[in-house]
Amino acid sequence: MGTEEAVVIGAGPAGLFAAYELLLAGADVTLIDRAAQAGGQLVKQTHKFFGSKEHYASIRGIDIRHRLEHALEKNGDGRLRTLYSTTVAGFYADGALACVKAERYYRLHPEVVVVATGASERTVAFAGNDLPGVYAAGAVQTLMNEQGIRPGNRALMVGSGNIGLIVAYQLMQAGIQVERVVEAADEIGGYQVHASKLRRLGVPIETKTTIKRAFGTNQVEGAEIWRLDAKGEGIAGSEERLTVDTVCLAVGLSPLVELLSQLSVDTRFIPEFGGVAPVLDETYMTSRPGVFACGDVANVEEASTAMVEGRLAGIHAAGYLNRQIPRRKEKIQALETSLRTLRSGPASEHVRKGLRKVGEHA
Amino acid sequence: MRIREHPILRFKERSKIAFTFDGRTLYGEAGDTIAGALHANGVKELSRSLHLHRPRGFYCAIGNCASCHMTVDGEANVRTCITPLKAGMVVKTQQGKGRVDGY
Ligand SMILES: Cc1cc2nc3c(=O)[nH]c(=O)nc-3n(C[C@H](O)[C@H](O)[C@H](O)COP(=O)(O)OP(=O)(O)OC[C@H]3O[C@@H](n4cnc5c(N)ncnc54)[C@H](O)[C@@H]3O)c2cc1C
Ligand code: FES
Repeated sequence: MGTEEAVVIGAGPAGLFAAYELLLAGADVTLIDRAAQAGGQLVKQTHKFFGSKEHYASIRGIDIRHRLEHALEKNGDGRLRTLYSTTVAGFYADGALACVKAERYYRLHPEVVVVATGASERTVAFAGNDLPGVYAAGAVQTLMNEQGIRPGNRALMVGSGNIGLIVAYQLMQAGIQVERVVEAADEIGGYQVHASKLRRLGVPIETKTTIKRAFGTNQVEGAEIWRLDAKGEGIAGSEERLTVDTVCLAVGLSPLVELLSQLSVDTRFIPEFGGVAPVLDETYMTSRPGVFACGDVANVEEASTAMVEGRLAGIHAAGYLNRQIPRRKEKIQALETSLRTLRSGPASEHVRKGLRKVGEHA
Repeated sequence: MRIREHPILRFKERSKIAFTFDGRTLYGEAGDTIAGALHANGVKELSRSLHLHRPRGFYCAIGNCASCHMTVDGEANVRTCITPLKAGMVVKTQQGKGRVDGY
């Protein structure tokens, strides 16, 4: 017997929903997040979500989070313990977790663990990419939308996926001039609606173009962009200098698998998911019995799918604990159907491909 | 550098908090992170890199990347992007790995 029944690491949409299902099943749950509050990426999403109604479409991310926290409190029944501002720093071979909160070290030894640690933002190679003023797009969102602080006055956005487009729009809302959005591929990566909103504000989006370098003495004072040829090489002579103090990189996410790697669970490099992802069976369990994973840490996708995966992982984790769940089978089937629906569009082709690869190894 | 007007969000002025940065007195607001308060004061350079001593700012703002490490109240390698600002904090630009005695 462990010292805790169930521990959920990460209180983003996936972790919140896993905790919710575990609580519904009657388990004692400890929910841990290194941030001072729950919500994960939702905390900074001021836009209305895409997707269907049952997955919170047209509600702003920041409001979804409040609804989730409320649902947890209502069903918690005194069995929910939240540990915020707490980082899980170690996951040991004997199943123990090392947690750090304000210089204090805690050791937990749970019976089941749901890992929902999300993803980390990637970077790209260019001269000066380490200068202060070069930020991940999500970081700029945190600064603006959570803290109310502007990253600078004029920005260049690198990457035109949904994150790049949405954050570029949010920069404009916060009063920062977005000089350009550049995209290395032939086409804009994100949804048309987001691109159109930016165009209406007069922000040019240039495809087959990327950043060549950022310059400045102690921080970004400007950036040079250039066009790419058919082979993806920069075209000499096509350089253009932009006067910007902020360069935002929205070039993809990688699953945050560090904790799972410490446990040496089976992982696999899945380019479609942006990096190394844990191999999971159909119950969202890793190769280590009793350790589950869901959300962006399992496959980089969306909040809508992370929430459904979180519920499924929670139900299966409860099953592992021998907790009885009324109409369990029907519930699982309904959730799996809704996942398939969410992933049926052409924009989800890479997800389907990635999942097939994970499945091959499970 | 603070956003006071926004079409969706409301950012009210909160109570001021004094702290020192490399010996200078600066002010942040209650609820700021250390890196956020520095940014609001126009300070983007938080540390110097290990080998080439190049300036470093924050990168991820959620505690993932170690780009924002500073020496705070004598303790090195504090992730300033997720550490709340407190009154009277002594914040220093960190050189390389930082030292146990706080430099
Ligand atoms: C700009 C932007 C726009 C988006 N728009 C949409 C949209 O419109 N619709 C949509 O469906 N999705 C959208 N998404 C995607 C969505 O936000 C993510 O897919 C979703 O948040 C993933 O959920 P998660 O719970 O897996 O991870 P996260 O939300 O990232 O949560 C992970 C949590 O784990 C915590 N954590 C990590 N490591 C540790 C540790 N060692 N110890 C303790 N805690 C830890 C983190 O602090 C974090 O709170 C958007 C994302 C971005 C960046
Ligand atoms: S900026 Fe990445 S850890 Fe603080």
